[in-house]
Amino acid sequence: MIKRYFLSIGLAFGLLAGAVTAHAEGPELPSSGAGVGDQASLQRGAKLFFNYCVGCHSLKYMRYSRIASDLGLSEQEVMDNLNFTGAKFGEQVVSHMPAGSAEQFFGKAPPDLSLEARARSTDWIYAYLNSFYLDPSRPVGWNNTVFPNASMPFPLWELQGVQTAVMKPAKPGQDPEVEKLELAHAGKLSPEQYQQAARDLAGFLEYVSEPAALQRQHYGIWVLLFLAAFTFLAYLLKKEYWKDVH
Amino acid sequence: MANEVVDHGRRRFLTATTAVVGGVGVVAVAVPFIKSWEPSDRAKAAGAPVTADISKVESGQMVSYPWRGLPVFVVNRTKEQLSQLPGLAPRLVDPDSSVSSQQPDYIKSPDRSIKPEWLVVVGICTHLGCVPEFMPMIGPEPFDPNWKGGFFCPCHKSRYDLSGRVFAGVPAPKNLQVPPYHFVDDTHIQIGVDPKEGG
Amino acid sequence: MAGVFMRIGDWVSERAPGLGPMYRKHMTEYYAPKNFNLWYYFGSLALLVLVNQIVTGIFLTMNYNDSAAGAFASVEYIMRDVQWGWLIRYMHSTGASLFFVVVFLHMFRGLLYGSYQKPRELVWLLGMLIFLVLMAEAFMGYVLPWGNMSFWGAKVIISLFGTIPVIGGSLDEWIMGDYLPADATLNRFFALHVIALPIVLLLLVVLHLAALHEVGSNNPDGVDIKHGPKGNRWDALKPADGIPFHPYYTVKDLAGVGFFLLIAAFIIFFAPTFGGWFLEHDNFIPANNLVTPAQIKPVWYFTPFYAIVRMIPSMFGTAVWGVLAMFGAIAVLFLLPWLDGGKVRSFRYRGTGFKVALILFVLSFFGLAMIGTDLTDEIFPKVFGEHIDITLWDNVFGRVMTAIYFGYFVFLWAYTHLGWEKTKPVPERVTTHD
Repeated sequence: MIKRYFLSIGLAFGLLAGAVTAHAEGPELPSSGAGVGDQASLQRGAKLFFNYCVGCHSLKYMRYSRIASDLGLSEQEVMDNLNFTGAKFGEQVVSHMPAGSAEQFFGKAPPDLSLEARARSTDWIYAYLNSFYLDPSRPVGWNNTVFPNASMPFPLWELQGVQTAVMKPAKPGQDPEVEKLELAHAGKLSPEQYQQAARDLAGFLEYVSEPAALQRQHYGIWVLLFLAAFTFLAYLLKKEYWKDVH
Repeated sequence: MANEVVDHGRRRFLTATTAVVGGVGVVAVAVPFIKSWEPSDRAKAAGAPVTADISKVESGQMVSYPWRGLPVFVVNRTKEQLSQLPGLAPRLVDPDSSVSSQQPDYIKSPDRSIKPEWLVVVGICTHLGCVPEFMPMIGPEPFDPNWKGGFFCPCHKSRYDLSGRVFAGVPAPKNLQVPPYHFVDDTHIQIGVDPKEGG
Repeated sequence: MAGVFMRIGDWVSERAPGLGPMYRKHMTEYYAPKNFNLWYYFGSLALLVLVNQIVTGIFLTMNYNDSAAGAFASVEYIMRDVQWGWLIRYMHSTGASLFFVVVFLHMFRGLLYGSYQKPRELVWLLGMLIFLVLMAEAFMGYVLPWGNMSFWGAKVIISLFGTIPVIGGSLDEWIMGDYLPADATLNRFFALHVIALPIVLLLLVVLHLAALHEVGSNNPDGVDIKHGPKGNRWDALKPADGIPFHPYYTVKDLAGVGFFLLIAAFIIFFAPTFGGWFLEHDNFIPANNLVTPAQIKPVWYFTPFYAIVRMIPSMFGTAVWGVLAMFGAIAVLFLLPWLDGGKVRSFRYRGTGFKVALILFVLSFFGLAMIGTDLTDEIFPKVFGEHIDITLWDNVFGRVMTAIYFGYFVFLWAYTHLGWEKTKPVPERVTTHD
């Protein structure tokens, strides 16, 4: 009887796991390998964000003080190295750019990135950062294969270098498609180094989208161990009482 | 029906163990719910230390700064006002500031300050929470013919001297509270941080 | 110590003499069949989840802001700034999905063992009312975070009422209190979600349990233990196959609770969005009345019913048919006790036709869920090739599933009322137990 239970529970979980993994949305993206478990990577990602992104993008739900305590940084380090807007330590990350002028420059205001990793996925951010290419037909001079016709210039070009697109032969009546991207001019970083940088940045944005993830994973294991012990005890208790039932 | 005998010892032991472990679990679950009532990060940010520029506060003047939603009085006391303080001791409830909840341990009577001329107190009457008035003039007042300057609470007529020490015979039980603070430089104080940690 | 408790007990029972008998009636002297199996855990688990939803819900209201301008930010405030707010919110959001998991399984148990049959029709009807209120409760709760899925979910579901001929247009404006989901909508949904519907739910749950304890629980054999032999080791006059609910089923359910919490805690702490099933990606984008999410579909527990709407085309200039079919899919469940004229209750002793029909019914439910979640859009091209017309395949598959869903009830009526069912003999006593 018990064996049959476990078999059916196992089966149910198998089906569920299948359903969850089958739920991949949109085109499949390569795994970024980014995560919130590596504090050094998060610190590098934070540094990149505050050097290259915060000029346009805010993190309006994220406080500097929280970044400091979660990433193992002191107040001094955060205020000196990450906070260039003169915001207070306990305040949220607001970009330098006034909303009106951003709309003038790019046609639309750069989005807040507090929840970008939860809305899009970490892998999407990683792929996006790797997919900019030079496209003179766009107003800002850049295009992106993951997010075509994005109105964002590519601020990391000096790190990655400049990619250009190799087009597929155009079919009649259709817009040409990008076949692959090639590095036309090398940047300050090697391709491997740049991918690590993109991974750091994607990981940092994943952290920003859910700072509680660090606590979650920290406490979760103890909760599971406790519940396993409790369930075992309750099972023994049930066994004991049910000796009465014939 | 052979094993009818119930092992009551084992049954009681398992019941007790499960109950205790389950009880620990219930208490553990209650903790996050209780903690959720503590000040949130937003409240903490709003209640963060306040840096006040005191260079414009003239001798004999008082300026109030908000800190955690409370008025913090900063008084630039004159030599004459300071000289009155030791003599008031017999009329006060706690002239030596011995009630430890009312000031950090680096604040001593009679001037109750880090730099003698600068008094920093939370302007909340210790009786029922009204904001006392600043009455710095030395001279007879309707409520006290012998007034040496201080604070007067309009709600129930509690009186404090210019160090925020409460007079005997008024409703308020304790001296005005001195918040943690320190001097950033000669013209700035930071309210909310003790001298040691704020570098 | 024990003496003190005894004295307190005496003190209370002198003043409230009804409490003791009530406790005995529902716990120590409620004789439940001894052969409950895995399927019988889900009732107590549903009660557990209900308590969880109420407690976590109360704490969420303390920091939630029910305005269109502030709702989304207040949820992020709970997730980030409120101490442990993330845990309380994940307990609530995971609880919502798990509520439907256990309720669906609990309802399936009823189908499997004929628990809705005479004399338990009232138990089933009250249970169906709980299900209906639960769906309304879940829908309104889903709107509260005011993400883009919340907004568009509200708009689409409310538009279902707009399809009703003549009054529809003004009806959905009345529900929203505006021309689109807005502050007024959010305010009233909040009030209904946190006060009105929970009160109704609690009342219905009490009635559901009271009705059950009046007639007694069914069991996997569908045997009526009250009509069987009398006398067990606790009481000479009570059914021989009954055991006191307390302590035997309280300790058994406690073990079930432990196992269930293990699963729930795993989701809460390690997969709170459950891959986008419990908390959807597009709901992390604030409500935007100008952009519909590309992947719009209802949250998973509504998909089987919602798929039916899509499968019925509009006819005679109105889209009301799909909506009628969807509500019909729920309404027909209310009629089950009268549609099923079976002579035996349990799947174990019913005719082969019933067994096949129930399996097909469950498959149709999953099939409709796959359509509703757009899983078929991903699966069909992989199975049948890239070049197929997905809309056509979806429609054919979905309509077959819809037909099977409703066909179950038609078949069940004919099968039992026309005397086609050949049942197996039901034993006099319950068979196995663990």
